[in-house]
Amino acid sequence: MSNKINPIVVAPEELHEKLAALKAEGYDFLECLTGCDWEEEGLGVVYSLTKSSTTFEMTHIKCVANDKENPTLPTVSDLWDIANIYEREVYDFYGIIFIGHPDMRRLFLREDWVGFPMRKNDHPEEKNAEIPSTNEEISDTRHKYMIDADGKLVCEDSPVFAEDAYVVNIGPQHPSTHGVLHLRTAIEGERVKQIDPHLGYIHRGIEKLSENMTYPQTLALTDRMDYLGAMQTRHALCMCIEQAMGIEVSPRVQVIRTIMDELQRIDSHILFFSCLCQDLGATTAFLYGFRDREEVLKIFEKTTGGRLIINYNMIGGVAHDLHPDFVKDVKHFINETMPKGLKEYHSIFTGNVIFRNRSIGVGPLSREQVISYGCTGGTGRAAGWHCDLRKHRPYAAYNQVKFNEITYESGDSMDRYMVRLKEIEESCEIIRQLIDNIPEGPIQEKLKPIVKVPEGCYYSAVEGSRGILGVYLESKGDKSPYRLHYRSTGLPLVAALDEACRNYMIADLITIGGTMDYIIPDIDR
Amino acid sequence: MFDFSVFTSWLDAALLSVMPGWLTILVECVLVALGIITLYAIFAMVMIYVERKFCAFVQCRLGPDRVGPWGTIQVVCDVLKMLTKEIVSLRKTDRFLHALAPFLVVTASMTTFACLPWNKGAQILDFNVGVFFFLAIGSIGVVGILLAGWSANNKYSLIGAMRAGAQIISYELSIGMVMLTMICLTGTMSFSEICQNQAEGGWYIFRGHFVALAAFIVYLIAGNAECNRGPFDLPESESELTAGYHTEYSGMDFGFYYLAEYLNLFICAGMASTIFLGGWAPFVIPGLDGFNEVMAIIPGFVWFLVKVFFVLFLLLWERWTFPRLRIDQILTLEWKYLIPISMLLLVLMALCVSLGLTF
Repeated sequence: MSNKINPIVVAPEELHEKLAALKAEGYDFLECLTGCDWEEEGLGVVYSLTKSSTTFEMTHIKCVANDKENPTLPTVSDLWDIANIYEREVYDFYGIIFIGHPDMRRLFLREDWVGFPMRKNDHPEEKNAEIPSTNEEISDTRHKYMIDADGKLVCEDSPVFAEDAYVVNIGPQHPSTHGVLHLRTAIEGERVKQIDPHLGYIHRGIEKLSENMTYPQTLALTDRMDYLGAMQTRHALCMCIEQAMGIEVSPRVQVIRTIMDELQRIDSHILFFSCLCQDLGATTAFLYGFRDREEVLKIFEKTTGGRLIINYNMIGGVAHDLHPDFVKDVKHFINETMPKGLKEYHSIFTGNVIFRNRSIGVGPLSREQVISYGCTGGTGRAAGWHCDLRKHRPYAAYNQVKFNEITYESGDSMDRYMVRLKEIEESCEIIRQLIDNIPEGPIQEKLKPIVKVPEGCYYSAVEGSRGILGVYLESKGDKSPYRLHYRSTGLPLVAALDEACRNYMIADLITIGGTMDYIIPDIDR
Repeated sequence: MFDFSVFTSWLDAALLSVMPGWLTILVECVLVALGIITLYAIFAMVMIYVERKFCAFVQCRLGPDRVGPWGTIQVVCDVLKMLTKEIVSLRKTDRFLHALAPFLVVTASMTTFACLPWNKGAQILDFNVGVFFFLAIGSIGVVGILLAGWSANNKYSLIGAMRAGAQIISYELSIGMVMLTMICLTGTMSFSEICQNQAEGGWYIFRGHFVALAAFIVYLIAGNAECNRGPFDLPESESELTAGYHTEYSGMDFGFYYLAEYLNLFICAGMASTIFLGGWAPFVIPGLDGFNEVMAIIPGFVWFLVKVFFVLFLLLWERWTFPRLRIDQILTLEWKYLIPISMLLLVLMALCVSLGLTF
């Protein structure tokens, strides 16, 4: 199975029309938006669209801006809510101005940053811009660029917050943002009026770094993005490279990867439960979750040597064979620990009247909203969107197992919470079906000493712990990727936070943020 | 039962024989004050240790176990650390109010602490309007919290203080109402007489039918909310407001809030045991003389402490089980449920007492 994609090239003038037509045709989920610098060809964007309600079929549209120095493209943020934040990311790194975008600010970098770091010709090393030593001034002005009658670019400014808004900084250092997320929150009494996420505190430029690394080296960075989906992220990248090179991994590796992915998902969902409890003040339930999570980490540790940064998947296989105790430990975990643990979670927390009152009907997102915002994973499924890639685009050993795709209707905090707890059961079920018959075979395919991916564009996606994790890879046939872009699972969740929290209370912001289940290093990459 | 007033009157007489009356009173006051402060500090440390061990037990952990046997010295070390930490003062704060606020909180807490009847004849503050005094002084604490939130010039602190204001003032109503219910039964507001009555005629929680039992439960809920303890810890709710009203405090200024929080919990439990569970009065069953004599041998202050720790156990159990409420829920609970219930209890109790239905 090849994952090569051949993006349809569209001229900037026709872009908006074309994408609107595709959206009407059923490609109504903007799965990925990748900015790219093709040097001579110019700067542009690849839009990856998916049929959200039927087959999850994809189409890719490529659009190159006309002007190489001051590239502009029409915005599609009116078609998809998520395009708003994706286009800001592209503007931040490539300097492509999206005409008509309501809020063309930098997303990750400081407002006073000079240059656009992901451009291939941005500052040569000796001329690097001086690293600012002053505090960052956060801009309160939105820019909207338009083309006037003479064809000139004009900028309209508007304030981010109303003049009399009472803005509280939730983060970057805050117990409930689960990392260095900065939410500038306008409140009125206890009610949240507007949230402006300010990102980039731990952006490491993984995508840019990868462009100067060999393929095996790029693997090392994936575990450091979504650290609760380390297995799956690395799986996605390995799968993308393998399929691009036409390597077929052995059934043993497929099954091992599936089991590891599911263990990782359980790990992530237990942590979700624990942290939500902690955020809501139920510290005891928090520790119950951590007690059970420890067992997954021990299983990982025995086989891979790592607990959080696991470094297990490799191009063409996995790094180590399974530990002799693996089957026994996993069986104990899924048959003894987890059923007992889940029962405890439900009795101490799910049924608690305070928690129910704080979560039912709080921060609902409708099916249309989650698709428009691209909120996949548990958040999407809670709103009734069947978006599980394990079902819709099966990979690894997922077509060999039977499991249910958990969905709920209302998409409120309670549903988002229940989806995850039910998914733990389903993951246990998947592992149960596979653990007794792991096929024999090599754990690593023979590769050439230097991994080179044939020229072309490739896209692969897996179902990560918190949604669709896509890898867009463009290769010129070298030993390093020309462009490597990850579809972050957390960025859409943060983008939807403003919509979900509006007119709810400060305490609800914590509940909603907790049930969205974002991970900051995955947003910032 | 040992009467502590034997000792106090002996001390009084002994001092009077060597010095004039005004000096006697002065010396006695100083001694009492030292006594209170020492007890206050000791109980704070005991409470912190108990809470840490208890929550560790609930949470499948061990708790402090490294410093001293079973980690008992840990708390002492923590207190020493707190005492030696720098008190950071910030620009753009209201310095005077910022420094004043923790003292208001701790003063209110210490004065209410002095109201507790420890043993027969061992009350420090004992008026004929003791309950009244207790409620009045207890309300000063909220002023300290509001000032702390205002003077820090920090948005988290301000939100926390506003929450504290709304919450504590609301819950004071039901506490007052429940106290009033019990005063119907006791017929006196003096703590020593309340205890004495219970020692003679049995604990009020048994004498007041189900009304007293219901009042006890309402008191526990409202008292817990008064102390800003989980699940009512909204003013500081660390996962929303980082630390709420005391976000900007450091060193011993923060330590005062910490002390006051634990001692308020102790006082809340102490008041519950005084009014409902007989204070220092032993547990007696009418008719079983042998049993009652054995009970009477146990000193009063032991009885008192046992009861206090029993109530504390209930409060801690609740604290470590429930998630935190939201501000609208907390006010709904008070205004829509607890206040009507406590009003009803007051009426019922008045009826019971006037119709002579109590025991």
